Amino acid sequence: MTSVTLSKINKTFGSTHIIKDLDLKIGSGEFVVFVGPSGCGKSTLLRLIAGLESITAGEMHIAGDLVNDLPPRERGVGMVFQSYALYPHMTVYENMAFGLKLAKTDKESVEQRVMETARILQLEELLHRKPKALSGGQRQRVAMGRAMAREPKILLFDEPLSNLDASLRVQMRNEIARLHHRLGSTMVYVTHDQVEAMTLADKIVVLRDGRIEQVGSPQTLYQAPATRFVAGFIGSPTMNFLPAELLSSDANNCRITTAGIGELGLPRDAGSERVGSRLMLGVRPEHLCLEEARGDNAFEIVNVEYLGNEVYVYLDPKVGDSLLIHRSEAPSQWKIGQRVALVPDLEHVHLFDSQDRALSLTRQRQAA
Amino acid sequence: MNQHPMNRYQLTRLAKHVGKWALIAIIIVYAVFPFYYAVITSLKPSSELFEVNYWLTSLDFSNYAQIFAQKSFLQAIGNSILIALSVVLIALLLGITASYALGRVRFRGRSTVMLIILGVSMFPQVAVLSGLFEVIRSLNLYNNPGGLILSYTIFTLPFTVWVLTTFMRQLPMELEEAAIMDGATPWETITKVFLPLMWPAMATTGLLAFIAAWNEFLFALTFTLTNSERTVPVAIALISGGSQHELPWGPIMAASVTVTIPLVILVMIFQRRIVSGLTAGAVKG
Repeated sequence: MTSVTLSKINKTFGSTHIIKDLDLKIGSGEFVVFVGPSGCGKSTLLRLIAGLESITAGEMHIAGDLVNDLPPRERGVGMVFQSYALYPHMTVYENMAFGLKLAKTDKESVEQRVMETARILQLEELLHRKPKALSGGQRQRVAMGRAMAREPKILLFDEPLSNLDASLRVQMRNEIARLHHRLGSTMVYVTHDQVEAMTLADKIVVLRDGRIEQVGSPQTLYQAPATRFVAGFIGSPTMNFLPAELLSSDANNCRITTAGIGELGLPRDAGSERVGSRLMLGVRPEHLCLEEARGDNAFEIVNVEYLGNEVYVYLDPKVGDSLLIHRSEAPSQWKIGQRVALVPDLEHVHLFDSQDRALSLTRQRQAA
Repeated sequence: MNQHPMNRYQLTRLAKHVGKWALIAIIIVYAVFPFYYAVITSLKPSSELFEVNYWLTSLDFSNYAQIFAQKSFLQAIGNSILIALSVVLIALLLGITASYALGRVRFRGRSTVMLIILGVSMFPQVAVLSGLFEVIRSLNLYNNPGGLILSYTIFTLPFTVWVLTTFMRQLPMELEEAAIMDGATPWETITKVFLPLMWPAMATTGLLAFIAAWNEFLFALTFTLTNSERTVPVAIALISGGSQHELPWGPIMAASVTVTIPLVILVMIFQRRIVSGLTAGAVKG
């Protein structure tokens, strides 16, 4: 049906190479979110799908048809812009009807479609207002309505919530999720906010420097990040990274040592890493347990944040300068200035090689 | 004890107030007096014409009756209206399309084109007079409203294009992209999305183009020959009196007032738009 396939897509602006040999399949009815830091090419990628930018090299198919040279109106896509970009001189009704009128739709079906869309988005009361008389959330809904009115096969969102305040953002996030559930149409959504990505997506695409870092469900990305970049980008507060050194490795296990914590044995395939090479141990804040300090394993607590339901404890790292974070249910016994031992939950730690790729788990044959 | 400094403060405030209004009065007198004197003169009978009077002494419309009785003057007004409106329409049409290209379409040499356009408008009229005369003759537009429309457009267009381009650049890029996503062609984007938003700028540039065309004298004098093709400024200058030695000030003033009043009214109608159009480039709206 309305799947999107990108094969070897490239985009250059002058001498800057924005998108590099990108391959991606977006399934029909999927909610796909592009995330990444600013400048990673996520918006450009969305605009390539929309047809607002031309593809430098590669092929794009929408619903099986090659669309490289098709203008936006023939691709069957609708787009919601970051600034909404509503036509200021038109009423809400006219804004939503504009595309249909341009497509020479007859009057009754224009009205029927607009009213239908307005009903879905609860805009019926506002149809005769101009955009300047609307609140931020209402404008956002009108922008979605305008994109939806032409019944596009694919809906594109370019950071649609970044202009809203925090509480409204949560509300609109919910509405978008429910809308997708209800319409079942293919949606592509760009954001730099990993919370939006985690909550909305069926499939997250993490981009970095114009390349795909990892594609997967929110669970996959959280539980099995493929690279250190993804591990650090997904999850809040961010994952703790502790430098480690490889001591020994065999088919099933590898032993590492980490400053302060000491030696750990992990069921990882060290691959081509040699003994003595620098690895990185990744531990999510909820998997970093604290105990009474013992010997060398003593880290100082520099701050404790109480959030009501949970507590973040910040610790001074022995190496590097980003603070380590421990997260636990409130209440917490830990105080600033205390020295504690770190005990990573070995079931849930991640190990990254010297190229920042995650080392895969080995099958423990004996256990199976 | 307390009264004295208070009084002093009030005095300086009063002095400032008086000073401010005195300055305003000077400026108003300086700016308005010539026009005011023209109005007064036009309402005098010819017998009183050379008595210096600063106040309206009589209400005599004979000068107006005299100029409106002349067929050539009415014809000149008609010509002026035709020419000025044509210039405004052509300048706005070309200006809008050119500003879309210059403001929105990325192409090589865009800033060079902008500079050339600006450069053209720097030449004094006299410098291009003879060249333009040849152009108009070879186009067979001599003694024809078309010749004046052509030459005025040359001088109006640079300003129009420049202002409209500045204005067009301020309209958010996403607005145009939204129109593209809605399936609009560039022409539909211009007419249905940009035009309604560019009203202030168009009112400003259109009105200034109208005034320039309406008041222009040198080209109008050079490129026309017969009474039937003249515009108002030339017609006024050529109003002749009973003898060679008499300048008919009364009818001249009446004619000047007649052709200025429409402009004043136009400016008053559009003044708010003009201000918002002229400052459009200055601050983000």
